[in-house]
Amino acid sequence: MGRTLFAKIWDQHRIMDLGDGTELVLIDRILLHERTGGVALQSLEVAGRRVNDPSQVFATMDHVVDTRPGRTDATLMPTGSAFIAATRRAARAAGIRLFDLEDPGQGIVHVISPEQAIMLPGLTLVCPDSHTCSQGALGGLAWGIGSTEAEHALATSSLRVRKPATMRITVSGRLPEGSTAKDLALHVLARIGAAGAGGAVIEYTGEAVRALDVEARLTLCNMATEAGAFSALIAPDDTVFAYLAGRAFAPKGELWAAAVRAWRSLASDPDARFDTELSFDAAEVAPMVSWGTSPQHSVPLGHEVPSLAQAPHDTADSHRRALDYMGLHGGAALEGLPIDAAFIGSCTNSRLSDLRRAAAVLAGRHVAAGVRAICVPGSSRVKAEAEAEGIDRVFIAAGFEWRESGCSMCFFAGGESFAAGQRVISSTNRNFESRQGAGVRTHLASPETVAASAILGRIAAPRRLAPPP
Amino acid sequence: MTPFTTLTAIAAPLLRDNIDTDAIIPSREITTTAKTGLADGLFAGWRYTRIGGREPVAGFVLNDPVFRGARILLTGANFGCGSSREHAAWALAEYGFRVIVAVSFNPIFRGNAVRNGLVPIELPASAIAAIAHETEGDPATRLVSVDLPAERLTISGATGYDFRLEPEAKAMLIAGLDAIDLTWRHREAIANFRAADHVRRPWVYRGQSERH
Ligand code: SF4
Repeated sequence: MGRTLFAKIWDQHRIMDLGDGTELVLIDRILLHERTGGVALQSLEVAGRRVNDPSQVFATMDHVVDTRPGRTDATLMPTGSAFIAATRRAARAAGIRLFDLEDPGQGIVHVISPEQAIMLPGLTLVCPDSHTCSQGALGGLAWGIGSTEAEHALATSSLRVRKPATMRITVSGRLPEGSTAKDLALHVLARIGAAGAGGAVIEYTGEAVRALDVEARLTLCNMATEAGAFSALIAPDDTVFAYLAGRAFAPKGELWAAAVRAWRSLASDPDARFDTELSFDAAEVAPMVSWGTSPQHSVPLGHEVPSLAQAPHDTADSHRRALDYMGLHGGAALEGLPIDAAFIGSCTNSRLSDLRRAAAVLAGRHVAAGVRAICVPGSSRVKAEAEAEGIDRVFIAAGFEWRESGCSMCFFAGGESFAAGQRVISSTNRNFESRQGAGVRTHLASPETVAASAILGRIAAPRRLAPPP
Repeated sequence: MTPFTTLTAIAAPLLRDNIDTDAIIPSREITTTAKTGLADGLFAGWRYTRIGGREPVAGFVLNDPVFRGARILLTGANFGCGSSREHAAWALAEYGFRVIVAVSFNPIFRGNAVRNGLVPIELPASAIAAIAHETEGDPATRLVSVDLPAERLTISGATGYDFRLEPEAKAMLIAGLDAIDLTWRHREAIANFRAADHVRRPWVYRGQSERH
């Protein structure tokens, strides 16, 4: 019987069977950030252990760093600079490549890794961060772990893992004009629910997935953790090879040619069997927006807030709690709901193509009075490239704040946030209670929907905009 | 890691689905790079009346005196979803929990729990509701017992439920083993595997020699 893409990668990395279904798996890359990575490095040191191979390890500053222009080590989070200092010291001591504040390679960990070809097809990559699954978009196995697991990977270049189940999600057809990878991700989540992947590795495939560029694939895989997946991946193809060629840590010359030859075999065999098979029709994917406090609480933009009977994954209690928190009721219209703020950023949607699409909506227009609008590029490189194209000027002219790269207000670490009760349209991945600040009401959407909503001051699709003056 | 074999304790019900790690320990409560000092921040958003405050919300289960000293948490589906922060497991353990009984767990949280001596037990929603119901009213005398080697949970020696934990997690919890020590016994096998892999996939290796 044929093997799945996941099984091929797994088999290549299986060092030994530890018995009872647990296997010792080789880890090729370990990424760290100052929020959880510093803890892991520090704790490793205290235990008197060393990093087995520092050349496999990369660290960045993204989670607590300030993103306001002219930033320093000081953060709005009272003790944030301690995380930065601890990570910097521990990374230097361990001989790890660190993308520090001033480094042109700095940025959100899941943005800089693909951008610099730290992640490659067929690799195993781990990071103490749940959105590590994003990087499966390049055709490798990337998954989030805790700090103790990260210590294990650092110390031994391996992890003890129970082989996850597999799930194939085939998306046929083409996404309609105006629907994006973010909308597809929310569409899938709304169908299968926040626990729908049940710890499996999702392989996304089908015509609609193959048609996505690498940045859109990263957006799609990013949200697999919101379905409770172990990870997600997409078979690497020419789109991926063309994207990676020549990037900072990509293999060069003869090694590159050998690598691409090997990567071409990374696809599920036609007769491979998956534990679960799901299929979706891309033509049914409309621009989406979330209404509640879990990404599964998402509906097409024109739809109403579902009643309990229309919310298949909710108990009466969780449905009521979500509505209370969001200040909504079943049957309320989502489109037209007034917003207080708009946020474009995060490892889901802050790459150059995201900013370009948002800028196309913003060009010649201005954010509605009273709406605070913020754009935080996913990496310092994205920021520089956007500025070279003049995208920053479009955002600024439209009334957006233009920030330094980082996670920023994707999550509230104790520093800057929106105010309690404020309604925010956001290109991020989590609408959990208080995710963007205590009491903040988050509505997830694509960058273009965020941009259009910012202009109109209410939740709206770009097609609702009048032509620019 | 503290070994775990059996435990008889008060079980506190928090029967909600999709309790995420931001809810278990909000980011704002994580103010140092240490793994400790987190118990006070556990469920802070639900437990206290004000952000950053410490005045208890009257109706929240952990603020109810009858659940003081609870070491078993009963909860819903997909517990520990969201951020991978291990602080969620650290905060639960530091507060005193040793067992989480849920309909299902997020895979990252589940791994973090086992690495920190927290036993993740999966039971059907109906069983968890029944346990909560049976202990209701007098949780301090209707105690719940967990026998990890026997993989059995019982209420005051009466109603019992079998559960399954994968052997590796079970063995590590019972012996309180450190996974790195266990794996490092195979360091030669790891080094040999990497050396052979270097020949198979030379583009993966970035040129620095092994340090050991
Ligand atoms: S951007 Fe948000 S979701 Fe992504 S890594 Fe940063 S905090 Fe996590």
